[in-house]
Amino acid sequence: MTEQIYSALIAILVGVTAVVVYFWGSNWILDTLISRSSRDNKEVLREKIRPWLFAGPAIFFLTLYLVYPVFETLWLSFHNSDSSAFVGLANYEWLFADREFHQTLQNNLLWLIIVPTLSTVLGLAVAVLADRSKFGTIAKSIVFMPMAISFVGASVIWKFVYHYNGEGDTQIGILNAVIVAFGGEPQFWLSITTWNSVLLMLILVWIQTGFAMVILGAALRGVPEETLEAAIIDGASRRQLFFRITLPQIMPTVIVVWTTIAILVLKVFDIVLAMTNGQWETQVLANLMYDWMFRGAGDFGRGSAIAIIIMISVIPIMAWNIYRFRKDEAGR
Amino acid sequence: MSVSKSKLPAFFNSTALIALVILWLIPTLGLFVSSIRDKDALAASGWWTAFNASTQVTFARTQDPSEQVETDKGYVLAGQLTSNEGETYTNVIAFGSTSNTPQEAEAGSQITLKNGDRLQVNADGSYEYISDEPIKGSRGKRIFFAYAQPAEFTLENYDNVISNGGIGQAFLNTLAVTIPATVIPVLIAAFAAYAFSWMRFAGREWLFAAVIGLLVVPLQTSLVPLLRLYSDLGQMFGFESKGYVGVWMAHTGFGLPLAIYLMRNYMRSLPGDLIESARVDGASHFQVFVRIILPLSVPALASFTIFQFLWVWNDLLVAMVFLGQGEDQIVLTAQLRALLGTRGSNWEVLTSGAFISIILPLVVFFALQRFFVRGLVAGSVKG
Repeated sequence: MTEQIYSALIAILVGVTAVVVYFWGSNWILDTLISRSSRDNKEVLREKIRPWLFAGPAIFFLTLYLVYPVFETLWLSFHNSDSSAFVGLANYEWLFADREFHQTLQNNLLWLIIVPTLSTVLGLAVAVLADRSKFGTIAKSIVFMPMAISFVGASVIWKFVYHYNGEGDTQIGILNAVIVAFGGEPQFWLSITTWNSVLLMLILVWIQTGFAMVILGAALRGVPEETLEAAIIDGASRRQLFFRITLPQIMPTVIVVWTTIAILVLKVFDIVLAMTNGQWETQVLANLMYDWMFRGAGDFGRGSAIAIIIMISVIPIMAWNIYRFRKDEAGR
Repeated sequence: MSVSKSKLPAFFNSTALIALVILWLIPTLGLFVSSIRDKDALAASGWWTAFNASTQVTFARTQDPSEQVETDKGYVLAGQLTSNEGETYTNVIAFGSTSNTPQEAEAGSQITLKNGDRLQVNADGSYEYISDEPIKGSRGKRIFFAYAQPAEFTLENYDNVISNGGIGQAFLNTLAVTIPATVIPVLIAAFAAYAFSWMRFAGREWLFAAVIGLLVVPLQTSLVPLLRLYSDLGQMFGFESKGYVGVWMAHTGFGLPLAIYLMRNYMRSLPGDLIESARVDGASHFQVFVRIILPLSVPALASFTIFQFLWVWNDLLVAMVFLGQGEDQIVLTAQLRALLGTRGSNWEVLTSGAFISIILPLVVFFALQRFFVRGLVAGSVKG
């Protein structure tokens, strides 16, 4: 054990040192090579090179790990399982004819509708309620807590909640215990199609509500007091106040939260893998892709085609983000 | 929002909030309570009963017949119910004469045995065995009884899962993955963010717009090409294609867009005069960055550090694709998922393993929640 701690420490040290050495070293070399006794044009040259020393590693990593793979994946999706032959659109044709893929798309659509919406609504509710409550801070901390828990950890937690013992046995899963206490029949929940997907979605809602709460809470505090006060003087009820004034003002943030969670949902993988591994019609795109990558010897063509489907579905959000950024920059 | 007209809505608010909070807490509470229960108790009853005393059935012997005393009631053996280990039972619920009927009579009552002898056991564990004839035999008479066992908790499951479940080793592996995979992108992104906010170079705006675009690129599109690249490089240069360096670099690549975005937004908000005057005084951009900007950017650095730490610690996908699944490389999330497959109904293993895997992120999270929240808000509202 001590040996492993030792090698882990060395690994950590080497990795971090390498980066520090690069930045300090490269800048030192630049300063030494183009000497400090600066005539103006030397200074100009130095400061022309330096930005690339600063941003270089980032550009390298982004290109190698995110940009190049998108094009490579697109290319691979037109090839067969071991990427040895060009097959045109065959992988996509297969995909759209495959029953499991239809099921998967349907599930993903359900995830896309339910998880972001439920998380946003619940997050907003907690943010509003906690703002008016004495113990609001503690309440927010507790709702926020699952954000720190891994999807796999959360899956263990919830698998225990949904646990099923045969009828007549003592139920140690709290969901079935509650149902039995009210005179119902215990169920093997994870095998009941459609409902099982919903139960998996609830795990993600449990995690993401805290995120929605924090962001929307910040937006709520940004709503100017004067408008609220003016409305109260005009005799607006609490309900009117919320739906006519507060909500429209934070609507842009609501949309940001919704889309952020939607992107996460498209990539959801861990929960399905850990809970059902796609059994009982709970398959989702990311898990299906992982499955094809490693099923048998791995089918890189089909795996890549599924990855491209995920990529295509985030492109509108990507375009929107860039558009918003350009508009903001122009307004500065 | 201090708009309250009557007490009734306030009451509904509190009730709704409490209900939500309880709903949010119960699953994690169940995990924790279960992880410190005895494994047999855990499999036999719901965790919410863990705090109740349970009823246990056992037997003990009276004193040896040689200790009998003759009184006006008859020959009497009296004493205190004691286990073989010498512990006394002080909370007897019921007792009986045979092993089949250990709960025949309530504590405090008297029963008549088949041979006509009489037996009384009280709740405090004292007993009286009365016989009209002198009591024979060399050993004490057996008394069967039921007693209340107070709730008991143990750390045994943790011991077990750390040494036999591979969780201890996985914890170390996860640290070895997480620390460099957090520090490296923070450093790289800080330099890049400075370049994007305060240095002039061709294509700056265009490159930063690309970074924003990359924020949402799903890492699924990166998996197959990188897997192939790693194994090609590994074959070419003769190293193992799955290893720590590869996974650090992957996490660096995947974490950079958010890191650059967050820090660039933060550094842009610092006063430009500060940098200009330092530059006029002859400081290079490197000096300005290290001496002025970096210390001022600590809040943004902290925000992203927590993000990346949580993300890497909790990641399963990248670790499964780029790390070996053997003992020397497997991380907590992957180990936990393996346990879910192989020990799917051994809840004592799963609950304690899961708790170990979530405890460090939870501590970091609660200790540094302020920075985390600030980062979240900056990362999603602006832009």
